Amino acid sequence: MISSNLPALQIVIPLLSAPICVILRDRRIVWAFAQLITLFAFGCAVALTVQVLQTGPISYEIGNWQAPWGIEYRIDLLNAFMLIIVSAIGAITMPYARVSVAKEIPQERIYLFYTMYLLSMTGLLGIAITGDAFNLFVFLEISALSSYVLISLGEDRRALTAAYRYLVMGTLGATFYIIGVGLMYMMTGTLNMADLVGRLPGVAHTTTILAALAFITCGVSLKLALFPLHLWLPNAYAFAPSVVTVFLAATATKVSVYVLLRVFFTIFGGVDLFIDSHLADILMALALVGMFTMSAVAIYQKNLKRMLAFSSVAQIGYMVLGISFVSVLGLTGTIIHLFNHALMKGALFMALGCIVFRTGSVDIKDMAGMGRRMPVTMAAFVVAGLSMIGVPLTVGFVSKWYLVLAALEQDAWWIALLVLLSSLLAVVYIWRVIEVAYFRPVPEGAPPIKEAPLSMLLPMWLLTGGAVFFGVHSTLTVDIARAAATFLLGDRQ
Amino acid sequence: MSAEAAIVGALLVPLGGMVLIALTGWRPNVREGVTLVTSLVTFLLVASIFPSVAAGARPEVALFEMLPGLALAFRVEPLGMAFAGIASFLWIITSIYSIGYMRGHHEENQTRFYAFFAMAIFSAIGVAFSANMLTLFAFYEVLSVCTYPLVTHQGTDEAKRAGRIYLGILIGTSIAFQLLAIGWTYIVAGTLDFQDGGILAGKAEGPLVGVLLALYVFGIGKAALMPFHRWLPAAMVAPTPVSALLHAVAVVKAGVFSVVKVIVYIFGYDYLAQQMSGGWLVYVAGFTIIAASIIALRQDNLKLRLAYSTISQLSYVVIAAAILAPMSVMGAALHIVAHAFGKITLFFAAGAILVASHKTQVSQLDGIGRRMPWTMAAFAIGSLSMIGLPPTVGFISKWYILQGAVQAHQMVAVAVIVVSTLLNAGYFLPIVYSAFFRPEKALAGAAQHHIKVDHGEAPFTSVFALTATAAATVALFLFPDAPLSLARLLVGG
Repeated sequence: MISSNLPALQIVIPLLSAPICVILRDRRIVWAFAQLITLFAFGCAVALTVQVLQTGPISYEIGNWQAPWGIEYRIDLLNAFMLIIVSAIGAITMPYARVSVAKEIPQERIYLFYTMYLLSMTGLLGIAITGDAFNLFVFLEISALSSYVLISLGEDRRALTAAYRYLVMGTLGATFYIIGVGLMYMMTGTLNMADLVGRLPGVAHTTTILAALAFITCGVSLKLALFPLHLWLPNAYAFAPSVVTVFLAATATKVSVYVLLRVFFTIFGGVDLFIDSHLADILMALALVGMFTMSAVAIYQKNLKRMLAFSSVAQIGYMVLGISFVSVLGLTGTIIHLFNHALMKGALFMALGCIVFRTGSVDIKDMAGMGRRMPVTMAAFVVAGLSMIGVPLTVGFVSKWYLVLAALEQDAWWIALLVLLSSLLAVVYIWRVIEVAYFRPVPEGAPPIKEAPLSMLLPMWLLTGGAVFFGVHSTLTVDIARAAATFLLGDRQ
Repeated sequence: MSAEAAIVGALLVPLGGMVLIALTGWRPNVREGVTLVTSLVTFLLVASIFPSVAAGARPEVALFEMLPGLALAFRVEPLGMAFAGIASFLWIITSIYSIGYMRGHHEENQTRFYAFFAMAIFSAIGVAFSANMLTLFAFYEVLSVCTYPLVTHQGTDEAKRAGRIYLGILIGTSIAFQLLAIGWTYIVAGTLDFQDGGILAGKAEGPLVGVLLALYVFGIGKAALMPFHRWLPAAMVAPTPVSALLHAVAVVKAGVFSVVKVIVYIFGYDYLAQQMSGGWLVYVAGFTIIAASIIALRQDNLKLRLAYSTISQLSYVVIAAAILAPMSVMGAALHIVAHAFGKITLFFAAGAILVASHKTQVSQLDGIGRRMPWTMAAFAIGSLSMIGLPPTVGFISKWYILQGAVQAHQMVAVAVIVVSTLLNAGYFLPIVYSAFFRPEKALAGAAQHHIKVDHGEAPFTSVFALTATAAATVALFLFPDAPLSLARLLVGG
């Protein structure tokens, strides 16, 4: 009974838990409750993945309303992998959140944080799990609205304008998406993705469908902060509470990349519109420009959270670049990078969160001597930073390897070279921090600070350790990513 | 113990030693004891592999799959055996030397120093034993990163700048060129395993072979081929034991070792000779030999002069491999060994002079031979080996290189070697001459550079170490069987 309803429980349990948080109120109880729910969601995702690996894609009809009229949850290897990423990060961030949130968010609003956190996670899980284009929009809004609130909980008053800006841009993106879905519905009469696959080829030549693809691509690109639609992201990440930045950076944009994959290769999988319309070429150009300009901008940031935010936009360029190759190697690179980037960026933002917890600042000038003051935290920053650069034996290398192979496979050696050169910019912005932290002396008269508490260090090192483990032994994740990529491309390979 | 177990042991022991060094840092005597025991055990483990390799076996170990189809694997062949042998043997002597040097020079952060030193040896042995190009690349990068704290040991602004050049060039070239070449090789050949006769034969043709060769040799920045040589003089800011073992042996030899390995086992020197697109390498290496020698002539700082001499000597190995004749490839392998013993002696002497008298410039060394007879005698032997005169091992390797060049009718290479021999004599012999035969002179500003006027030899351990390596330089001339047998096996003779 439970195992056959897992797809519904994956969403319903965290969704219903969110209002319960409001009733519980007490911050300790709410935390314990949220931790329990996120762990449950993770267990659920693992169980679903095992099921998919054993029996192939799962189709689940909500309320037993038959697809294509009812809402269908459809889980294949790709979104099972997404469910794992989101719920794993959700669960790992929770122990970290307890002390960090207590420090950064006013007492009386802490229960709101957990409420919104669970809602946001629900939304992201929902986007991943659903097989219905309109239902996806609903979850998109759930996750977006809750993340606006989460960001605005930031201590700095600029968090409010950042959240407002995100709200405007995010709403635009969601609106574009729903316009695209509306156009497709107009032409095909269906919202179910599997159903759309069969019906689109008949109307693919129409301008309406072309417009639909354009609207959806623009809308989702806004959500995933593809250069040059990224303007909302740097401030949102910089001024949100540390935990929120960790969670959003590691999951939210990844899920949007997943939506792109789903739209291009599942919904439009039966038609060659993605290639014929030169959309792939446009995305490739934007990705390449984004990789370079955003990494270059990151180098000049004084606020380190902002620096990592720009780095995130650059990394999204890598993911989109992988999509634009339309090959198994390229998509493997994209999918593996979704996971790998979640690990290393999560770890990096957690390290900054630890520093904020002790010093209250993430300005580069306050990093002086941090290598001595908080050695455990900075060591994690260095390791995760090396992964960001793409040093072998870390996950960053694995992602880069597949992107380079994908480019070389198509004889595009200059793209391979650009991928490698752009990763050298990461050396600059990561090493800039390392130099300040390890070479500048601790400023005179700076109060002595302790290392961050264990409940923050452990999750951080769990992600950092993961970044090394899955870099040394990447077979497991690469196999899943490759199988998902092969499945997505179907007979198009 | 089986050779396979010894391979794993030779990697794990220095890694374990690193941890123990870090843990025993609060008791310097125990810590130094750990370093000595670790280096001794490592050498014995490496040496225990020698009989089976010399008998023609190729012991191999595959640990786990780093990427699907690409294992982190080790396979000991003659060249790797020679490299690992000298690196681990000289580590013992360098450790003895370091104890005197680091204490005599009152260096700080000695625990960090010894710990990263052990890690550097671990990576060098990893490079030496690699069974495929990806494993080699992984350890190559780890070697770059873990030597960074050693280069920047002083923590001054100068050290920081040097660290930037060091890491910038080594990481930059390896990611931009070497990794591109590795990916390209994998796409073309479908494997990265080192195989006798190469893996590219019949797979890559014409200009592609030349391009790949260029990407490899310039991507291996540790070989210090011009114009990517500047990191080596920059690295001289490090404490002398680092310059001695790492920047005369482990790191730079990892560079030329990789070049030889790529030419022999990736391209196959027969195939490269057929393809006619690798001839330019002789000219690049020849230019580096001459240009670096001329720069060395003009350096007054002793360590800088040695560094430029190293750049020049490294290109001997490259030019020998690029001649593509069996005799010269043997010469390349022999020169890796020969240069190691000669150059480490010279660096030990430079460090001993620094500790005993605080002198750093060549022009300050008049008459120092009478105060430090052992040191300067060793320096003289090292110099002879650099020039390539009997009774030192430098003569043997140069002899093979010359013979190979003559056999292959590479008159350019012959001319380069002859001219550079004169240049070598030009920048080493005057030092020996003035140390022994010129009267000591009063130095202006001696006091403000803390130069000691009245001094004897450096601490005993330092003198012992440099005498040992000088003796080895002569001993290897008299009994060159071990390196010669390995070199013969390398070319299948």
